[in-house]
Amino acid sequence: MITEVKKGKPEVNVKFFLRLFWETFTLSMSAFGGGFVIVSLMRKKMVAKLGWIDQDEMMDFVIIAQSAPGSASVNVAMIVGYHLARTPGALVATLGTVLPPMIIVSIISIIYAVLQHNVWVEAAFSGMRPVVAAIVLQVSWKFFKPFLKAKAIPAILLFIISFALLYVMKISMITLILVMLALSTTANLLDMRRRKRRMEEDV
Amino acid sequence: MILYLQLFLTFFQIGLFSIGGGYVAMPLLQSQTVDLHGWLTQAQFIDLITIAEMVPGSMSINSATFIGIKIAGIPGAIVAIVGNILPSFIIMLILAKLYEHYREQRIIRNVLTSVRPIVVAAILTAALILLEFAVGTFRQPNIFAIIVFLLAYMMLSSKRIPMGPVPVLGIGAAIGIAKLGIVYLLEAGIVVI
Repeated sequence: MITEVKKGKPEVNVKFFLRLFWETFTLSMSAFGGGFVIVSLMRKKMVAKLGWIDQDEMMDFVIIAQSAPGSASVNVAMIVGYHLARTPGALVATLGTVLPPMIIVSIISIIYAVLQHNVWVEAAFSGMRPVVAAIVLQVSWKFFKPFLKAKAIPAILLFIISFALLYVMKISMITLILVMLALSTTANLLDMRRRKRRMEEDV
Repeated sequence: MILYLQLFLTFFQIGLFSIGGGYVAMPLLQSQTVDLHGWLTQAQFIDLITIAEMVPGSMSINSATFIGIKIAGIPGAIVAIVGNILPSFIIMLILAKLYEHYREQRIIRNVLTSVRPIVVAAILTAALILLEFAVGTFRQPNIFAIIVFLLAYMMLSSKRIPMGPVPVLGIGAAIGIAKLGIVYLLEAGIVVI
């Protein structure tokens, strides 16, 4: 490759912020399919094209973005922006990522409000409803498959119990998550303490 | 004013608890906006997911915009979006700071992966509610919708010709329109079986 990629963080100035906004804006504009598509496009742009971030850092960012709540695409933009230019960078990158879907959906929802009772539009949506159910069902299968592949028995059990609680007993997902977060945090902290103590004993 | 606050708090909650990305927001959206606040009917909700699926951007941002506009115009959309991304913004800033200092947060990752099965179960639950709504119940099945559903599932999971959601949605829309066209033609007596 002849094209020279300048490595390392760029200089932070007004021009940089405009550039950051433009790069995240165009990225978000072209990312149909949400989440993971935009993450891989972001990697291509920030690492290969612009050279602002190195490959390893980008991998870490993606993992962190996926472990935090919220959509992965916005989270990656936030952490990339923060890495390049602290909080202002995070704000600019977030704005660039959020603005395109906001504009597009605003236009569509106004059209939808006008046309939703048109018989042809209704017909199109009636054909798409079963498709959406299929899409979401397939997504849940895609998420579930790794548990089966890894033969993660505890995860599968937790899945079955949560499904029963959510679908049959109609318990809220937030309650379940809060209980699990509390249990898991306690278990992890106890485990860390135990490990520390063992290390001290070894010394 | 109370409406804006409600929008903000609702989407703040959705943002805070959608651990694991876009689709996780869906069951939360369903329970909060359809069941709790009644901002959308089940039919409008499934249309919203359809629209969110077809345009670029993540499910939660698209839904926040759609619902925000419906409830309180453009300011409503802005309030909903800010509410939606604020929790992740705060958490990501903390994680980013931690990352710059320690470059590892195994406990956070462990804890968050531990809720993953719950999240997957929630997505399955939401999918089944959508499915029930789209294809009817055992007593009153909608045969047309069941056929479209099976066709769509096959197309989506086919390994030979992998199809993304957008083209399959297009096919679904075309089938829906074609069905109505045929019904009209039959009614008008232009086509006789």
